[in-house]
Amino acid sequence: MIKFLLKGLLRDKSRSRIPVIIVTIGVMLTVLMHAYIVGFMGDIIEINARYSTGHLKVMTKAYAQDIDQVPNDLALTNTDTLVNYLNRQFNDADWSPRIHFGGLIDVPDENGETRSQGPASGLGIDLLTPGSKEIERLNLVKSIVRGNLPAKRGEMILSEEFSKKLRVDPGEKVTLISSTMDGSMAFYNLTVSGTVLLGLEALDRGTVIADIEDVRAALNMENAAGEIAGFFKTGFYDDEKAVEESEIFTASFNDDNDSYSPVMKSLSSQGSLGLYVNMVALWTVMISFIFIVAMSLVLWNAGLLGGLRRYGEVGLRLAMGEEKGHVYRTMIYESVMIGIAGSVTGTMIGLFFAWLLQKYGINISGMMEGSAVMLPSIIRARIQPVDFYIGFIPGLLSTVIGTMLAGIGIYKRQTAKLFKELESY
Amino acid sequence: MKMKKRLIIILTTALASLNAFSQDAGEILKRVEQNLSSDNRIFESSMTIHGARISRTITSKTYAVGDKQSFTEYLSPAREQGTKMLKLENQLWIYSPSTDRIIQIAGHMLRQSVMGSDLSYEDMMEDRKLTDIYSAAVAGGEMVDSTKTWILELTAKVSDVAYYKRKMWIDTEHYVPVREELYARSGQLLKRTNLSEVKNISGRWFPMKVIYKDMLKQGEGTEFRITSIKFNQQIPDYIFTKASLKQ
Repeated sequence: MIKFLLKGLLRDKSRSRIPVIIVTIGVMLTVLMHAYIVGFMGDIIEINARYSTGHLKVMTKAYAQDIDQVPNDLALTNTDTLVNYLNRQFNDADWSPRIHFGGLIDVPDENGETRSQGPASGLGIDLLTPGSKEIERLNLVKSIVRGNLPAKRGEMILSEEFSKKLRVDPGEKVTLISSTMDGSMAFYNLTVSGTVLLGLEALDRGTVIADIEDVRAALNMENAAGEIAGFFKTGFYDDEKAVEESEIFTASFNDDNDSYSPVMKSLSSQGSLGLYVNMVALWTVMISFIFIVAMSLVLWNAGLLGGLRRYGEVGLRLAMGEEKGHVYRTMIYESVMIGIAGSVTGTMIGLFFAWLLQKYGINISGMMEGSAVMLPSIIRARIQPVDFYIGFIPGLLSTVIGTMLAGIGIYKRQTAKLFKELESY
Repeated sequence: MKMKKRLIIILTTALASLNAFSQDAGEILKRVEQNLSSDNRIFESSMTIHGARISRTITSKTYAVGDKQSFTEYLSPAREQGTKMLKLENQLWIYSPSTDRIIQIAGHMLRQSVMGSDLSYEDMMEDRKLTDIYSAAVAGGEMVDSTKTWILELTAKVSDVAYYKRKMWIDTEHYVPVREELYARSGQLLKRTNLSEVKNISGRWFPMKVIYKDMLKQGEGTEFRITSIKFNQQIPDYIFTKASLKQ
């Protein structure tokens, strides 16, 4: 019978083409929208992860407690050993030591006296080791405005806006004034190799980035680091995995009597990001749910209309002696076929567009000028396993339910009145 | 008879206490300043900073004229060696040999710790006489480590002070503070200082050991010890110039 119904659908385009197109469009929009929402929300998390929290972060217990003050006197020591351990035991992530620091950038005049000075928010990362992923992670190559990235020790980059404020150009020497790990005042000369536009207003105000070894030398932090950031090799944050790994690590290193024992924190357990991660999860479900419901209503309506449009056909079939139950069942079978065809096609097209959006993104940097929040300048979709089946909810279920409701009318038809009704056709 | 004797003892004790508290707070402070300040002095010191993780000792040599001019050269350890600090009136410069730069410390940088100690540059910069910026009152007496002291409570009478309120325990015999507590306007205790090893040098009583504790900082405080001190020396004027920082 399925073969018979299929033939009917294929030969009678009015029964298949429009319904399949409607279902396809609905499903495509559902899949694309879901991937887009997940991608956008996830990008905000990712951008915070890259510059600040990592997907995971290892710190000393004392540092973690006062993390807002960036207390480098409470930093991790013997970081090489710890990084090796992390790379062995938690090899689903890349681990990079980082030093966040505050200080002043002092630009000298020709006499060595202060020409200009400004407060800086500094980041020491691995810029010079071949194969280091930090440059790619922070998108530094594309962020260069003037000059180059540091190519050797003693060089640094600073944000373009900050360089204009300090009236300093690539090639000039500046002095970093900060605090050493033991609290002394630190002075360290660095040459500006280039300026960057990070695309994040909050960072473009006064960021300086130098190789971690220079920062270690400046702050007397040999083989030490404020934190070791971990990034999942998949490139995306997985809260469940991050929480699980942080619990395993912390359990094995926890020492109640040692405030310098290392602890691992997942992104969601750092500051307000935890709340945000939960909110993102909730929003994603809510927005997706609302959209799915809206699409379901459209497709349900389409199913209803389809059923009503075939009022005459159903009447004729009943008049010819076909059982009401049989007519009802065949209509449902047909709607299942239309639903499957539309859902599969819609999912494929939706995934294709989502993939384009994931790969190339939409550049919204023009809309971001003056923004003080850490928002991505390129919005990207993110395809997840759920996108492969989420379209079937409105595509298949709604179509079938719509047809089922419309088909109830079949049982209300009275055979005695059928010919009278048919006369009007 | 017994009753009369008791009454005399009580009255004598009360009068003695009254005498102690009736000592003019301003007069006490003046005598303290006579001991601690001088026209000029040259001293060598060691500063042991007991950090939360490690302790380290920094030695230095300081030349000072009055309270307005001072020049300090750090002698050890290697990382700090050659670092020089010049204070002229209300300005402070640091010379860092590793960068060969002279940098003026101003604004919020003055709140930074000196070499990681419990002292801030702001503490070093305060050169006004206590009697000029605080109104003092004797709040009582107390024995501090078997030393009889007056407790002075100082409240700021000008707005630009680092500590709104100070509490000082003054040795009644030598007119030298043996303990001091520094408070914020909110009443929070910010720093505590213990002074000891009081010696008579050139006719003045001077504490040779001071332990500073920043109450908002981890660690066990900073021990500042004067290893040698000479008063009223001939100090050439060029010492107190920016040019001497790079020499």
